Amino acid sequence: MIDIEALEFHYAHGEFHLTVPRMSVARGEKVAVIGPSGSGKTTLLNLIAGIIRPQQGRVTVADQAVSSFSDAKRRDFRISNIGFVFQDFELLDYLNVLDNILHPYRITGALKLTSQVQQQAIDLANGLGIGDKLKRYSGELSQGEKQRAAICRALLPQPQLILADEATGNLDPRNKGRIIDLLFENIESHGASLLAVTHDHELLPRFDRVIDFLDFRTETAA
Amino acid sequence: MINSLYIAWHYLVFNKLRSATLVACITLIAFLPMALQLVLTESEQMLQSRAASTPLLLGARGSALDLVMKSLYFGDEVPGIVSMQAADEITDTGLGYAIPLYLRFQARNKPIVGTNIDYFDFRKLKLAQGRMLAMLGECVIGASVADEYGLLPGDSIVSSPDTLFDLAGVYALKMNITGVLERSHTADDQAVFVDLNTAWVIEGLGHGHEDLSKTRDSSVILKRTEDNITANAKLFQYTEITEENRDGFHFHGDASIYPLTAVIAIPNDTKAATLLRGRYLENQQYRIVRPTEVIEGLLENLFRIKSVIDSVIAIVGLATVLAIILVFALSVRLRQRELTTIFKLGCSRMTAVKLIAAEIVIILSASSIISAGLLSVVLANAETLVRILIFN
Repeated sequence: MIDIEALEFHYAHGEFHLTVPRMSVARGEKVAVIGPSGSGKTTLLNLIAGIIRPQQGRVTVADQAVSSFSDAKRRDFRISNIGFVFQDFELLDYLNVLDNILHPYRITGALKLTSQVQQQAIDLANGLGIGDKLKRYSGELSQGEKQRAAICRALLPQPQLILADEATGNLDPRNKGRIIDLLFENIESHGASLLAVTHDHELLPRFDRVIDFLDFRTETAA
Repeated sequence: MINSLYIAWHYLVFNKLRSATLVACITLIAFLPMALQLVLTESEQMLQSRAASTPLLLGARGSALDLVMKSLYFGDEVPGIVSMQAADEITDTGLGYAIPLYLRFQARNKPIVGTNIDYFDFRKLKLAQGRMLAMLGECVIGASVADEYGLLPGDSIVSSPDTLFDLAGVYALKMNITGVLERSHTADDQAVFVDLNTAWVIEGLGHGHEDLSKTRDSSVILKRTEDNITANAKLFQYTEITEENRDGFHFHGDASIYPLTAVIAIPNDTKAATLLRGRYLENQQYRIVRPTEVIEGLLENLFRIKSVIDSVIAIVGLATVLAIILVFALSVRLRQRELTTIFKLGCSRMTAVKLIAAEIVIILSASSIISAGLLSVVLANAETLVRILIFN
């Protein structure tokens, strides 16, 4: 699903420099990425998603060389193939849960909002246990409910790849386990791949593989 | 665009206070100059049409503007007094005819216009209901007076004393309404019209009381001679003119020196108008003015003031527009995180711009609708507004 070769990236300002000699994630694989803060884990997710482009190297997602695409093409590819789950959920406070889940359909031309999609969103929310919260605003939800809504938003377009950036970082231990269960269940049912950045070592055994981000010196089977 | 409007609408509704403030600012900036223009256009129309239909106006020396505003638009400022003789003199010249006006009193805050029957023909006023005034103590009222107080022919209206504590001054007179005028969209709609004699009765120059020669109460008699009876203040004076007591009303003194506030002079032709004006050029007591000239002077001042107000509004408007731009710029900065999220979700820069644009469109639309609503209210009440702002 993901193939990275000789990736080099640095921001225009600052001393940050990311080097990934080689990295891959297979279809349907669930991979955790660990590493110290500031080592470039989020930057790597952004590079894979095509939000930013590397100065050197190649990023291939679903057999498409994302790093060589134009901005518009990268965006279209991301919309259709990649779902993002954020640590801070990134729900819009002025939209209710259902509108937040459907938000990608309203801000992108590549996804068409139909009544069928709306029904799928409701079904997905029911499956994730927030079916009764669809008319609530994010400010009225618990942390766990917010992350379920964010997962719904990421999963609704049925992407081939889910990128999760500290998706359980703001959750209590009980919610953490339940959210990971739900995420894994849904990913497995769609046959999607998961690349999750995490600091939570308790969750690592649940992943197929763990990548230690520290200079990419260690890559171990979970 | 529909999706952008949908999202923008939810954002604006969620941030009610910010949205309402922006709408209020834009509405005020849009509404004020337009309302001002509307009121001024209306006032220009009202002032000019009335002035144009009044060829000449004679009054006491003093403010020509007060004279015109009082005589044509029944304003508050009472000009100097002229005598009835002044009206007679104009008629005597044979250069035209005169319509006397006496405007000092009010009934229910509406001006009482003391005049003669020629005034109605001159102003082309027609009766909507009832009949024209014919007897002492009768009045006809303008359409607005009738509407405002629900008055009809057969009802009565009482004149207001000059001051509440003026016990020795003007007494209230109960007047019988004989007719209601058709709406003319002029100051006449707001007036109560009486015969000059009735106005002079309100003034106290004419009065009615019980017949002293027949009174049985001797305590009211101060002095009795062969041809004159003098009464004291105990003598009952009528405050309403009825069929029974009408004959008891009488005037004292020389009617030619009875007061008027102005005389409308209607010359026979242009030459007569010039001659009439010439006659009063050197007159120390009276002046004769062309209302159109006075009103043009007033309008010049109004439009000078308007241009100053326009400049102030333009500066305030510019400052508001800049403040609104700042609000949106700061809002974009504050929403940087939200924008980053939607970019990650796949939103293009163009779509993000569309979202902000949709918010601006909604705010501008709301402001436009409210401004239009307010303007329609101003338009519907322009006549009243002009009356309050300019004539009173």
